[in-house]
Amino acid sequence: MRRRKRIEELFFKILTGLACYSLILVLGYIILIIFKKGINMLTLDMIITAPTGGYYYGGEGGVLNAIMGSLYIAIGATVIAMIFGVPAALFINSHLQHKPRMQGFIRYLLDALWGIPSIVYGAFGFMVMIMMGMSASLLAGIITVAFLITPIVIRTFDEVLCTIPRGLHEAALSLGSTRTQLAFKVLWKQGFSGFITAVLLAFGRGIGDAASVLFTAGYTDLVPQYLDEPAATLPLAIFFQLGSPIPEVRNRAYAAGIILTVIVLIISVSARLMSRKFSKTNLN
Amino acid sequence: MSRRKAIIQYFSQGWMMIALFVILLLPLIIGIALTCKSGPIFRLCGLDELLFSSIWKPTGGQFGFLPFILSSLYVTILSFIFSAPVCILAAIYLTQFASKRLISFMLPVIDILAGIPSVVYGMWGILIVVPFVGESLAPFFNVNSSGYTILSGGIVLAVMCIPYVLNMLIESFKTVPNGLVEATLSLGATKWESIKHSVLRKCSTGIISAFGLGLAKAFGETLAVMMVVGNVVQISGNPLEAGYPLPALIANNYGEMLSIPMYDSALMLASLILLVIVMLINLFFRYLIYKTQKR
Repeated sequence: MRRRKRIEELFFKILTGLACYSLILVLGYIILIIFKKGINMLTLDMIITAPTGGYYYGGEGGVLNAIMGSLYIAIGATVIAMIFGVPAALFINSHLQHKPRMQGFIRYLLDALWGIPSIVYGAFGFMVMIMMGMSASLLAGIITVAFLITPIVIRTFDEVLCTIPRGLHEAALSLGSTRTQLAFKVLWKQGFSGFITAVLLAFGRGIGDAASVLFTAGYTDLVPQYLDEPAATLPLAIFFQLGSPIPEVRNRAYAAGIILTVIVLIISVSARLMSRKFSKTNLN
Repeated sequence: MSRRKAIIQYFSQGWMMIALFVILLLPLIIGIALTCKSGPIFRLCGLDELLFSSIWKPTGGQFGFLPFILSSLYVTILSFIFSAPVCILAAIYLTQFASKRLISFMLPVIDILAGIPSVVYGMWGILIVVPFVGESLAPFFNVNSSGYTILSGGIVLAVMCIPYVLNMLIESFKTVPNGLVEATLSLGATKWESIKHSVLRKCSTGIISAFGLGLAKAFGETLAVMMVVGNVVQISGNPLEAGYPLPALIANNYGEMLSIPMYDSALMLASLILLVIVMLINLFFRYLIYKTQKR
């Protein structure tokens, strides 16, 4: 009996350990494959030039149009998401502090909102766009992605704000500050690390999402100059080039894949470092 | 309170409230808009015909969503079968056995896995999973297959869902009080027995919810699946056949949707079905999580 127990213990310890370490392997494997496939095609030209005439037959050019388009869309959407998300998160934690049921309900709805698939946002954005008589453009893409990432901004920021001790609220209120001052002067400073994490997370999500911009941002070989022009995005550039029958073009998709992966990796790592740096508590 | 302060207070508070309400009303607005837009197709055929007919001929005015819904379910369930054991085992190891150093190394790994864009997963699927299924797995079963199959979709989706589900499982396991494990240990149970009998039982709701939410996420995932699943309209029980999930239908056909009558309504209805299913699953399991957290 003792022996059986010990074997069971050991067996499950090894099994769970294997599952855990296999995740590191999977991540390493994915990154290795992406880099191995694309590194030969990744030249400076890929990054700093837009596609030229014969690009889709294997000619000269790069994916600058998609890189810039993706950055514009992600930055624009993040700014809009901040304008809506930050006050909303502060409101939950300042004005609704004394209504815990209301807070719980709002968090519940926001969590559910987080789960809506991006293709639904894409279809909705497309419909609104058609209704307003717009064509696929940078602006439509920005707005659609903003819908997608605002719940992420609110919920991530809120996670940090709700750990702020109650005493700090009470101290600020007892000194005669209004709840708005409490929100923008005390909670904002105290939860700044959460704000940074939220913004970077939302940005990373916005730059990598393809389904929502598929209908709304369109696709073009030019670097967009104005809000009403269509814009290419990196995920879509990869997607379209992968569908090409010409190996040269497919190889470029792999290289573009490296660019996108590196951008997302940088954002993910810097989110971690920055949130540690700006954190006001000693807990993490 | 000075007058200036009062005005600032008034406006900033107003803005905070407006921002919050706009966001909270968003799913309702999306739902209503999609319902309005998919209205015309209901005049053509009834809901039961739309949902349970398997004939898809947009040019002939026949819209049966059954092949798409079944494909979606099939891919989702396959991904669940592949990812669930890994998730739960890894979550147990990370919260019960792992050293602090390993945890601080694994958390960024999970973060990065969760952050990799779906198109990159799709690319990895085309490079690795599709050839593997087409050239190694299918000949093994004596089937001729291109590799662009439901099974490939399931595998890619499983890898994508692991970090998402794993994060929620870790959150849930963390809520188990240390005293509970210590109590069972002091009664003479081994570490694994205490996990099996107290931790897993205590977290059962959390585990079910995490898997449920993972399913919802897998159901709505678009691009990565679409790249490897083959996109052929058919109903087949064989995972080595191609499929055509609902999100892929929407993504693939938006270009033509304004040129064929009723096609746009049909696609909006597809989005609505997606939204309703995912929202219901989300609301239900999130409710379970909140209920257990309160207690």
